[in-house]
Amino acid sequence: MNDGTVRDTVGAFLRGALRHNDLADEDDVFALGLISSMFAMELVEFVEREFGIAVESEDLEMENFQSIAAITRLVAAKSAVAGAARGMVS
Amino acid sequence: MSTVRPKGVSRRELGLSARQLALEAEYQAFAMQEVAPLAEQIDRTEEIPRPLVDRLASAGMLRGAAFDEPPDPIAHGLRHEALAYASASVEGLVNVHLMVTEALERWGTALQRRRWVPELATGARLAALAITEPEVGSDASSVRTRARAAGRGYVLDGRKKWITCGQIADVFLVLARCEEGPATFLVPRDAPGLRIEPIRGLLGCRGYMLAELHLDSCAVPADHLLGAVGAGFSHVATTALCAGRVNLAWACVGVGQACLDAALRHAGERRQFGHAIEDFELVQRILTRMIARIDAAFLLCLRASHERASGGAAAASMEAAIAKYFASTTLTRVASDALQLHGALGCSAEVPLQRYFRDAKIMELIEGTTQILETMIARQASSRARVASALGACAGNGREQSASL
Repeated sequence: MNDGTVRDTVGAFLRGALRHNDLADEDDVFALGLISSMFAMELVEFVEREFGIAVESEDLEMENFQSIAAITRLVAAKSAVAGAARGMVS
Repeated sequence: MSTVRPKGVSRRELGLSARQLALEAEYQAFAMQEVAPLAEQIDRTEEIPRPLVDRLASAGMLRGAAFDEPPDPIAHGLRHEALAYASASVEGLVNVHLMVTEALERWGTALQRRRWVPELATGARLAALAITEPEVGSDASSVRTRARAAGRGYVLDGRKKWITCGQIADVFLVLARCEEGPATFLVPRDAPGLRIEPIRGLLGCRGYMLAELHLDSCAVPADHLLGAVGAGFSHVATTALCAGRVNLAWACVGVGQACLDAALRHAGERRQFGHAIEDFELVQRILTRMIARIDAAFLLCLRASHERASGGAAAASMEAAIAKYFASTTLTRVASDALQLHGALGCSAEVPLQRYFRDAKIMELIEGTTQILETMIARQASSRARVASALGACAGNGREQSASL
């Protein structure tokens, strides 16, 4: 999945789940007060399930989840690491 | 207290596997042999004897899910039910220990997991969760305890209150607030600046060995931060609370079953007006109400544990809250019914009914009061409905596009 597709998928999820249709890619969802502790867990679960990556302790920084663009970058970085690991194994 | 547990419903018919039934029998045997004979003493002295803690550890009761092969949340639940049947206080010790273990297993770094989890599993260290404060209970995300980076670690200042097993825990998972947001820290008992003050005289669950923690410039190394700053409540503490709610729901079923067994026994033995009181329709009504409520709570516990095994964390959190809400409110009614049925005897020290009654009230208050769960479950249901709708939108977006890549 390329970055554009990831961004579109994350955007569709966040705009729908947060009922915020005009959420821009760089909008800070924490600063906007849109994220409850319950939804924070949903968000991690969405990222793991949708993109097949494992969100670990080191990834929990707020900067990684504060916007559509930030989550897209996190997915890209985690996917690259996972891809490199698969390459090393093969 | 009798050490023979009457059989309840046929659990095989409810879908428990042969392995789960075997584990259940093992947990029940341990609870009735090792815990039940000490339950009254624990309630009276407000203390769980150290040799019993050691036996819990050697029997594997303190091992977290990471050591299960395969992982089996239902078996874990059966463990809590069996322990609480014998003593809610002892189950409480195991529960808080496993809540911290679960948070470590999920959010600890590889190094943290290697360092802490094996010690917790063997009982070499006992863990406790420190969220509640004198001024902060249900609004846990608003804790006042402060943490600031200092040198090569963090310094914590504040107070934590009503901390289960605070009197004996070797390490505390403390929720504090950094400038950037909530964070959780592993604070060893011997950390400089930590003072522990026992709290005694609780209404029920008197073996919880509660304590108040005073953190005065309490210093911990940087690698004692669990998870990231900002995620302390939303992820780390929530993971612990979710585990704790399921365990506690199972524990409520255990105490409820103990109430029911006592009530059935008494109703069969007690004679009035020339009949066993079980022959009277008003007594039958009480018993029927107890049976239906306990069975319903048991089924909700099964569902919550099943969700932990197969579903995501958010769904598991919702089911845990529902199970805890129903099981704990049910238990206060069941314990009251059992006491009513026993009359004056139930209020005496001759039978454990008054202990069940007192413990039940505490179990309804902890890991989320009835009222906070009533708020939370409805909000979570609304949020999950929006998430489901948004996932549908994603399916028409990223998934279709990725399929074409």
